[in-house]
Amino acid sequence: MTRRDLRSVLMGVRARQLGTAVLGALVVDVMTGPSGSLTAPTRGLTGSLLSIRAVIFVALGVALWAFLTFRDRLATYTSRWTAAIAPSRLVADRRYRRAGYAALLAAAIAVPPYLSQYWQEVAVDQIGVYVLLALGLNVVVGFAGLLDLGYIAFYAIGAYSCAYWTGSLPIRPPHVFNPFVTIIFAVIAAMIAGVVLGFPTLRLRGDYLAIVTLGFGEIITIYANNLQSVTGGAQGPPKPIPHFSINLLGIHYQWKISNLPYYYLLLAFVVLILVLFHNLENSRVGRAWTAIREDEVAAAASGINTFRYKLLAFAIGASTSGFAGVLFASKIQVITPLSFVLQQSILVLVLVIFGGMGSLAGAVVGAAVIQWLPNALKTYVDKADLFMYLGAVLVVMMIYRPQGIIPSRRRSRELAMAEAGLVEADALTTASKEV
Amino acid sequence: MCLTNHFWDYFVPGIANGFLYALIALGYTLVYGVLQLINFAHSEVFMSGGFGGLFVINWAIADRHPHGLSSVWFVLIGIIAGAVTGGVVAFVLERVAYRPLRRRHAPKLAFLISAIGMSYFLYNLAGKEFGRDARTMKPPFTVTPSKPLFTIFGASVNLYDAVIALSAIIMLVLLDRLVQNTRLGQGIRAVAQDADTAALMGVNIDRVISQTFVIGGLLGGAAGFLFGLGTAGVSYTMGFTPGLKAFTAAVLGGIGNIRGAMLGGLLLGVVENLASSCFGASWVDVVAFYILVLVLLVRPMGLLGERLGRSA
Amino acid sequence: MAADADVLLDVDAVTLRFGGVTSLADVSIRQRRGELLAVIGPNGAGKTSLFNAITGVYHPQSGDIRFHPFGGKPVSLIGRKVHEVTKLGIARTFQNIRLFAALTVFENVKIGVEARQRTGPISAMLQLPRRRREEREGDQLAVELLEFVGLRDRANDLAASLPYGAQRRLEIARALGTRPQLLLLDEPAAGTNPVEKQELETLIRHINTEMGLSILLIEHDMRLVMSLAERVVVLNFGKVIAQGTPAEVQNDPAVIEAYLGTRAARAAEGGPS
Repeated sequence: MTRRDLRSVLMGVRARQLGTAVLGALVVDVMTGPSGSLTAPTRGLTGSLLSIRAVIFVALGVALWAFLTFRDRLATYTSRWTAAIAPSRLVADRRYRRAGYAALLAAAIAVPPYLSQYWQEVAVDQIGVYVLLALGLNVVVGFAGLLDLGYIAFYAIGAYSCAYWTGSLPIRPPHVFNPFVTIIFAVIAAMIAGVVLGFPTLRLRGDYLAIVTLGFGEIITIYANNLQSVTGGAQGPPKPIPHFSINLLGIHYQWKISNLPYYYLLLAFVVLILVLFHNLENSRVGRAWTAIREDEVAAAASGINTFRYKLLAFAIGASTSGFAGVLFASKIQVITPLSFVLQQSILVLVLVIFGGMGSLAGAVVGAAVIQWLPNALKTYVDKADLFMYLGAVLVVMMIYRPQGIIPSRRRSRELAMAEAGLVEADALTTASKEV
Repeated sequence: MCLTNHFWDYFVPGIANGFLYALIALGYTLVYGVLQLINFAHSEVFMSGGFGGLFVINWAIADRHPHGLSSVWFVLIGIIAGAVTGGVVAFVLERVAYRPLRRRHAPKLAFLISAIGMSYFLYNLAGKEFGRDARTMKPPFTVTPSKPLFTIFGASVNLYDAVIALSAIIMLVLLDRLVQNTRLGQGIRAVAQDADTAALMGVNIDRVISQTFVIGGLLGGAAGFLFGLGTAGVSYTMGFTPGLKAFTAAVLGGIGNIRGAMLGGLLLGVVENLASSCFGASWVDVVAFYILVLVLLVRPMGLLGERLGRSA
Repeated sequence: MAADADVLLDVDAVTLRFGGVTSLADVSIRQRRGELLAVIGPNGAGKTSLFNAITGVYHPQSGDIRFHPFGGKPVSLIGRKVHEVTKLGIARTFQNIRLFAALTVFENVKIGVEARQRTGPISAMLQLPRRRREEREGDQLAVELLEFVGLRDRANDLAASLPYGAQRRLEIARALGTRPQLLLLDEPAAGTNPVEKQELETLIRHINTEMGLSILLIEHDMRLVMSLAERVVVLNFGKVIAQGTPAEVQNDPAVIEAYLGTRAARAAEGGPS
């Protein structure tokens, strides 16, 4: 290829990228622009496209394109500056990493008491609980390479199990327990539901799991709504679910409506789960999942029962979700089927994808950032548009950064190698593939 | 007792629903055929067809009270508007959420995630732009929707059901001819059977995939309009439930199999309606889910087998 | 033919069809314990299909495949899943190397070694003593195996970064990690250079003699087959056309015809190789 050819190809690529930047800018313009309504369905579109906004956004898009395209030339001037702030090199070093985690944990312990009531509540209800949820889904999506779109259903099962065993539902349990004890029942119930759902589905193809769980996530709310005499229907359990309490060996403690005690309880559980899942990831089980993701046929030939390991990941995810459900139910006391609608599953998926598939730190940070941001921006952005933005996050991440913001090393290697056709990087193909 | 009394009263409207499911299911099955992927955003293609059809027909009807032949024209305009919108959205969808990933040989998981992201993006964008309350469609007929047109086996068929069924039948026949007899159909079948070989034989894979999305989008969009016509309204969340059911229909008939999708749609529509006579209308949406799980357990390749796709 | 007590693998009248294509037609092969048996034949003769039938990837329409594990009762392999066959003591490599490319060399072998371990999710999460012990034992065995195939100094490199011949050896080490009694090697020398081929020959001989494993070898390189194999089975169009010592097979008219006629035959053949 001559120099001129190369240059014209490069021009073509750049023109395409410029086009993408302009179109993308217009999409963002419409997304952040005014809304339409029943009476004025075009107001949103005209208000964002036929106004000065459009020009500004396109200009920003072009500027971004120019920056990304000519970055290399700029690089010489800015290299010193970026090297100073780029965290990636520091993170790579294990010692720094350890210190970083310790600092984060210290901050997570020390900071919340100084936060306002509002942010404390966000830290518990929206971040803490969802960090747990994200960690569980990370096992399914990140470790095993499967897709669970009805993940929140297991959260519902956990919450309703807690309600049942604490005597809050219209149907009475044989014995009423403290919410702490119900964790066991809830985890078991969620795990059984996961196995029952995964068993017929995972034998076939991984991608069917996605749609079956999607359906399951939808019908679980129908059940919660319709089975009035069991679940309390649309109003939820008629009696409030009690708070956690400890009454053991002379220690008496009662968690109350206030946020901080729940925050520290959640923090303790999150750290526990982090340790457990970290061990799991670096064990025989975690390696088996990696093997299945990369090459299912070779994994089976190496003696790995691929079906069993997929089912295991799915069940672990479901149990974690059920566990989170208990914490949520006992904290909030009044649950309704509305707490478990399907889009919450998508929310958790966004947390995992944004943070980084297969990355425990990613799941935590992803959950914290994505759950914090809407609260920080709530005066500027209509909350009703949240899922539009989250949907866009999923698409953009898949196109530009599938490994997430804090990638797992294994996972990002795989995704890079998948491009060269070396590995599969998920567990959605059948074992009976051509050898 | 369920199933005995009023059997046909439940059976006949089920057929009309079934035709709608069949139209949507084709979109899933066609895309699955060529890409082996569930297009989670197809329900939003359906939804956008509903909006496209609604805006155009509402604008076209304006203050008129159509009847007779002009009613036919308005329905036709609505179908075309819905189909075109659906086709355009499906085209854009493939370009944005699929093609960049295909270029990178992204894992299947990435496609599923980007498609589900696109689905949430699209329907919430529609909610933002067009309002979050259901929008009513102006009726292209002067008769009341529930008025029976004629009866079969003692069950009355209303005009709307008849229009939906008739339009769907025409489109299904057209699609079947298209896939069986045209060059385009040949390309789709070739890619479905073996994309690599098809590429070696000179088939332009990118183009065939794009065309497949558009064809699925045309049918899905038209179905969106017909759905709006039948329920006299369109809303940004209307895609989800029919989409899930249509996918069930596609699996029931054998995913990747075009005639299977048609059969599966009809069957699901009827079974679902009959089941609602037994368990009550509030459980109707649960039926499809159980059928899906049952099919996966008992006959995962579907009733007619996965003919178009690979026998994976 | 071997006496029954000596038989390790007994492929008995196996027929395998895909739609209209018959890739194995009434194939019977017996392998003795400790034997290095080679399967040769032109492309598309059904060699890899035979491996896939043995390892549970494909399911033959008729016939039986019996495996006689050391000190155990004979078991039929028909209808068994791939991982079950591995656990019974049959490991394999693939014609088109299938390593876990994004894992390290060490981790690849470790996955094979872990086939025989029992650490479950609970003990893994809680770091129970059993897990620590198994982890230690697994590490040790994996290092030994890497030493054995000469890859110890590459243990922490990514599998994908190895040269071709080393990838072949790594795949063998991973298979050995599952502690098989029978090792199926599918064209281990394909695509390797003469030096690598020499190393592989030595390695395979060591596995057979020092470790005492029985080996079923598919190979196109006749020099390698003739030097390694005790007996050779020749497949053509899914049928066994000859078997015997390398010397016998070499002079068998049917074999000569199969190979010389290959060019003409290739046009007519179909089905997976």
